[in-house]
Amino acid sequence: MFDEGEGEPRMPQPLTALIPRLREICGDDGVITDRTRRRTYESDGLTYHASTPGVVVLPTTTDQVAAVVRLCADAGVPFVPRGAGTGLSAGALPHSEGVLIVTSRMRRILEIDVANERAVVQPGVANLEVTRAAAPHGYYYAPDPSSQQVCSVGGNIAENSGGAHCLKYGFTVNHVLGLEIVTPQGEVVRLGGKAADAPGYDLLGAFVGSEGTLGIATEITVRLLRAPQKVRTLLAAFETMDAGGAAVSAIISAGVLPAAVEMMDALSIEAAEAAVACDYPPGAGAVLIVELDGPAADVDAQFERATRLCRESGAFEVRTADDAAERARIWKGRKSAFAAVGRISPAYIVQDGVVPRTALPDVLRRIAELSAASGIRVANVFHAGDGNLHPLVLFDDAEPGASERAAEVSGRILDLCIEHGGSITGEHGVGVDKACQMPEMFSPADLETMDLFRSAFDPAGIANPEKLLPTPRLCGERPGVRKGVHPLVAEGAAEQF
Amino acid sequence: MTDSDTAPGAGEGSRSFDDLLGDCVHCGFCLPTCPTYVLWGEEMDSPRGRIHLMGQMREDDVLSEAAAGHFDNCLGCLACVSSCPSGVAYDALIESTRATVEQEHRRPAGERLLRAAVFALFPYRRRLELMRGPLKAYQASGLNRLVRRTGVLERISPSLATMERIAPPLTGAVPALPEVVPARGRRRAVVGMLTGCVQGAFFPQVNTATARVLASEGCDVVIPREQGCCGALSAHTGRAAEAAGFARATAAAFADAGVDAVVVNSAGCGGTMKHYGRVLEEAGAAPEEVRRAEELSARVVDLSEYLVQLGPRAPRHPLPVRAAYHDACHLSHGQGVTSQPRELLRAIPELEVADLPNPEICCGSAGVYNLLRPQAAGDLGERKSEDVRSTGAELLVAGNPGCSLQIASAMDRAGEPISVAHTAQVLDASIRGLDPAVLLTR
Repeated sequence: MFDEGEGEPRMPQPLTALIPRLREICGDDGVITDRTRRRTYESDGLTYHASTPGVVVLPTTTDQVAAVVRLCADAGVPFVPRGAGTGLSAGALPHSEGVLIVTSRMRRILEIDVANERAVVQPGVANLEVTRAAAPHGYYYAPDPSSQQVCSVGGNIAENSGGAHCLKYGFTVNHVLGLEIVTPQGEVVRLGGKAADAPGYDLLGAFVGSEGTLGIATEITVRLLRAPQKVRTLLAAFETMDAGGAAVSAIISAGVLPAAVEMMDALSIEAAEAAVACDYPPGAGAVLIVELDGPAADVDAQFERATRLCRESGAFEVRTADDAAERARIWKGRKSAFAAVGRISPAYIVQDGVVPRTALPDVLRRIAELSAASGIRVANVFHAGDGNLHPLVLFDDAEPGASERAAEVSGRILDLCIEHGGSITGEHGVGVDKACQMPEMFSPADLETMDLFRSAFDPAGIANPEKLLPTPRLCGERPGVRKGVHPLVAEGAAEQF
Repeated sequence: MTDSDTAPGAGEGSRSFDDLLGDCVHCGFCLPTCPTYVLWGEEMDSPRGRIHLMGQMREDDVLSEAAAGHFDNCLGCLACVSSCPSGVAYDALIESTRATVEQEHRRPAGERLLRAAVFALFPYRRRLELMRGPLKAYQASGLNRLVRRTGVLERISPSLATMERIAPPLTGAVPALPEVVPARGRRRAVVGMLTGCVQGAFFPQVNTATARVLASEGCDVVIPREQGCCGALSAHTGRAAEAAGFARATAAAFADAGVDAVVVNSAGCGGTMKHYGRVLEEAGAAPEEVRRAEELSARVVDLSEYLVQLGPRAPRHPLPVRAAYHDACHLSHGQGVTSQPRELLRAIPELEVADLPNPEICCGSAGVYNLLRPQAAGDLGERKSEDVRSTGAELLVAGNPGCSLQIASAMDRAGEPISVAHTAQVLDASIRGLDPAVLLTR
């Protein structure tokens, strides 16, 4: 009825020609062309970046995805894959003259193979659904990003997502056995397989975390783990972040390997209290959540040590959880922290950086100084065990200039991470948001090698363009975000305008 | 979410629409609990997408036909309110948006006619009661089996077919309730009781059970005669002025009844009555009137909530039945009442109470949604009936009549009929020591 959308901007020309073919492939209700509807896809979880997609398709099968991608390849039209749209680096930012391929209708669990400890799923299946399907058999899927009830397994592949428990169990890449992918030319290819460790180059490892630049995963074989015999969780409250950080170092250097070690500061506790009334100890300047899992005897022994070390490091209250309900109460505040910040601030940026664990106290002090100097509040939530920081930079988007100042603080935090020998992202990915910071971490030669690798999969450059690697257009258009001369410009490989 | 004091949407009345919209941070935690997103997997039919459409509506100052359709697709189940970590008052947002849609959007002729018919009939108990005679004759004649077998109505109008299928089996006349049902034994409280429109006409047995249970627990039950529809159906469909009219009348009916609490046994009604202030504000009522309505709202409680507060006194007799409890959306998401009905049911000796998988997902009834969007409602009913079947229950218990009818109808279609009862009827049967067979009639 409203096929051409009302008013400006109309659909770009090359795309209009593709519409009838897209409808043949995905069916009428699998193609969204009118502008009002398209606009609801303008951003993922990072609303700071928005762009109305040229057209949106909702395929249900691998064949449909392959046919859509072939069509794009033939016409030289860019495409962007999107799962549940929960990403935090604008990795699924649509292309205004491209096709947005959304996997939200590819949400079937194809196989739970308990004997071989693996599951085969479509990319749109929510992370937690895999665990729900495996739970009756005593198994679970280990990677657990905070958005696990929403975020898709396909999106987890693209971002190599982590989660609270990746300290012990590793990231998504450690749990994917095989993939069926559609390449940027529209070919259906299998990487890895049901057997562990296929010979040859590790293309599977390369694909995981490629942020949609090497193609789209359409079928995913993941490893299932046996649910641990015992899980025990403690929540320790400290007066200061320093004391909490000291406890983390003490636990890890004592040889205890918790499944998760999470820390929250006073501001993020305040937000979580406002959102879910998690009832953490009042007056805490920091809370630490330590979870241990494994064989019962082992867990009990380590749990006693971890508890003692927390007290020795200055914990004024330690609570323990021994069943699922108590554990859920402890985790409730932490799991809701990102979204809960909406309760105490009109807008915020979720930052994601990594530093060596030992650098944590120094980096946190420097963040506090940055915050004080700029008047921009920063709440800290982080996977303390592996030094993965999630500073939440709070601002009021209605206040003129506030979002720019917040972006500045957010960027400076990443500079701190790099200065301390860390990384600009632990698990949210680079996307658009951090593409221009890649040169701060990698040399021109590094970036060129990455670009060559990408081109081997996607010579035409149509798969999620302008993500992950910096481009002159992307970084030239946002002055002030990056300092100094762009490495590609310095090399004479690009012009900035 | 068991404390009604923290019921979603409370105290949002004073904030502007744009302010409430701004609370959404686009995290997407609402997606998996939204029934239409579960069905269709489209952003525009998720709460996050609809909030984006509301934002577009404000920004462009125009309500597009596309957006109106997606607002109409929303069941108003409020599961998104429960799952939102940022506390977005989607309930207030969608009610206000629906009012805009009603004012500014012209629906196709057929749908206008259907809506007019629904709203000329459902909120009026006497009109509904007039339908009882013909409906009973139709059911007794056996014509209903022929109609269902041939699917003739489905071809003429899916909405009519839904209405036909979910019409409750009727027997006997509506027993009149007295204006006061005195407490048994020592009096512990004086409470008012809402008889409602659909509940009163089609489920009088739920109202009599409610009154008996309250009296058995030591309450004088005051049932004002002049009460009618509470306005929930109208409020949930954006008919702001109509809703406010019903709200005023209901508030007036209970204003001088001298009751400590107004007990409501229908989830949708209770949810709306707890927010009468917002209903009147939406219709532009004077502050004084809003304040009076809020006074009534403060006294509104769901039956199960009230009975748990009061504590049991009447002895419970065994009911050896395997039951499953279904959370009516406007009880769980709308009022935060989830533990109380379970607590009451689990206190009945020998009654087994199973929980359904996916309890947060709406059954598709959603007030009059199953009449306005029969296809989507039917698909959701089917999903829910699969979940009910997986529990092996012989009796489905819910705190809302619409849910019971919707699920019973879906189970019928699947060829596995199930008995349904309201929480009040189960308690009543236990307190009176009835044979469980009275609950297993279907």
